[in-house]
Amino acid sequence: MSALLDIDQLMDKLEAGLRRLLKERNIESPVLVGIRTGGVWVADILGKRLGIEEPFGELDISFYRDDFSRIGLNPKVTPSSLPFDTEGRDIILVDDVIMSGRTIRAAMNELFDYGRPASIILASLIDLGARELPIQPDVSGQALELAAQQRVKLRGPDPLRIELQETAQ
Amino acid sequence: MIANATSPNHLQLTRDGQLRHFLTLDGLGRELLTDILDTADSFIEVGERRIKKVPLLRGRTVVNLFFESSTRTRSTFELAAKRLSADVLNLDINTSATSKGESLSDTLLNLEAMASDMFVVRHAQSGAPHFIAESVTPGVAIINAGDGRHAHPTQAMLDMLTIRQHKGTFEGLKVAIVGDVLHSRVARSQIRALNELGAEQIRVIAPGTLLPSDVESLGCTVEYDMARGMKDLDVVIMLRLQKERMEGALLPSEREFYRLYGLSQEKLALAHPECIVMHPGPINRGVEIESAVADGPQSVILNQVTNGIAIRMAVMSMAMGGQVAERQQKLTELTERGLA
Repeated sequence: MSALLDIDQLMDKLEAGLRRLLKERNIESPVLVGIRTGGVWVADILGKRLGIEEPFGELDISFYRDDFSRIGLNPKVTPSSLPFDTEGRDIILVDDVIMSGRTIRAAMNELFDYGRPASIILASLIDLGARELPIQPDVSGQALELAAQQRVKLRGPDPLRIELQETAQ
Repeated sequence: MIANATSPNHLQLTRDGQLRHFLTLDGLGRELLTDILDTADSFIEVGERRIKKVPLLRGRTVVNLFFESSTRTRSTFELAAKRLSADVLNLDINTSATSKGESLSDTLLNLEAMASDMFVVRHAQSGAPHFIAESVTPGVAIINAGDGRHAHPTQAMLDMLTIRQHKGTFEGLKVAIVGDVLHSRVARSQIRALNELGAEQIRVIAPGTLLPSDVESLGCTVEYDMARGMKDLDVVIMLRLQKERMEGALLPSEREFYRLYGLSQEKLALAHPECIVMHPGPINRGVEIESAVADGPQSVILNQVTNGIAIRMAVMSMAMGGQVAERQQKLTELTERGLA
């Protein structure tokens, strides 16, 4: 196990990328939505850095996963909470790690059940590639290529740190 | 009574301890009951959204198989299945005319031929859902929506959800169940759940003629005097007087019953000031409960209905999830052994 990535540097990059994008698109009052669990921690920090005062939303995508027919229901599902009306809002959707893109698909399906947002920007702290769906982050802190036996895990919330794990294969 | 050859847990749980059917609360531990309540909490949030639907059971067929009439239970099961995106078929089957064992098997064969994934069963005979779970094709989940005097586990769980919402925890709670315990499948399931979840005291308050002879063995104390029984209560659950199930003279008169065991404002004043009032419905106003109490600030009767949808969504998705996970596991094992 090692913590080889500097979380502050990654957050700096995410913040800068988001500021640039928000300016380009003339978005003045975006809201943040984090995907549990790691995405929520990242959304919390981004909210403070970007000066977004509205509380961020939290999504638990368990009811929207596409592998229900293989593994059943996550027994530890917790209620999603969106403390604002998403209708017509510009949403920054945040996750800690993006890989296949399936989590993001599920999260977007869930978001649309709350209303029709004006736009969604996808921000991911780490991009592991290995995509299985045509979904790409608009902003990411770091692209990373892992060997087959390696896993990356965000630990938190305080302090937030990234762990690279070697699994027995 | 249909013979129970298989133990309920062998039947309703997978090897990993997940639900695969939901037949009875007997043998389900505190952790699983808490998982059901937690999952239902998430479905309550779904019920507050603009679009109150999730895709979990999309493409699956749920058959509401009601051999005994019911409006509330059937409609909340129907709504629960629809909010899980399942296709729903409602069948009300009157059993009075035909030989039950035979018609049941035949009905099932026909329904299985329609590629159903789940049967929600209500039956006047205790053990009917258990019997169906034993004989049904693997992969089909059975949910008990009330069988005879035996159990009504989803009603008991929605009551537990309502109690937890209002009281936060079961520790230290004093709960009473009042009225027609004899004919009540709900009371049995409630006592079982309250004991497992750690309620401090469970009292049943009823005349001797409306109590089963072995009631204390269920894990509760008996109180014949309602005024004494109401003391310090945190939760009072009124049962409906099941006039349609009564044979012979178990009651002097409805008026006499109300005087002794009806929940009036005066009697409610004897309980803890924050005592909540529950009733599974449909309520007989002026027979078990005074209108002013049923509609009063301590009543959570309509919360129970809302919670009923969430609990049923939880149980249905968990049982279906257990079935599919188990099937996948078996397939993986077969593949590993080179057999599939």
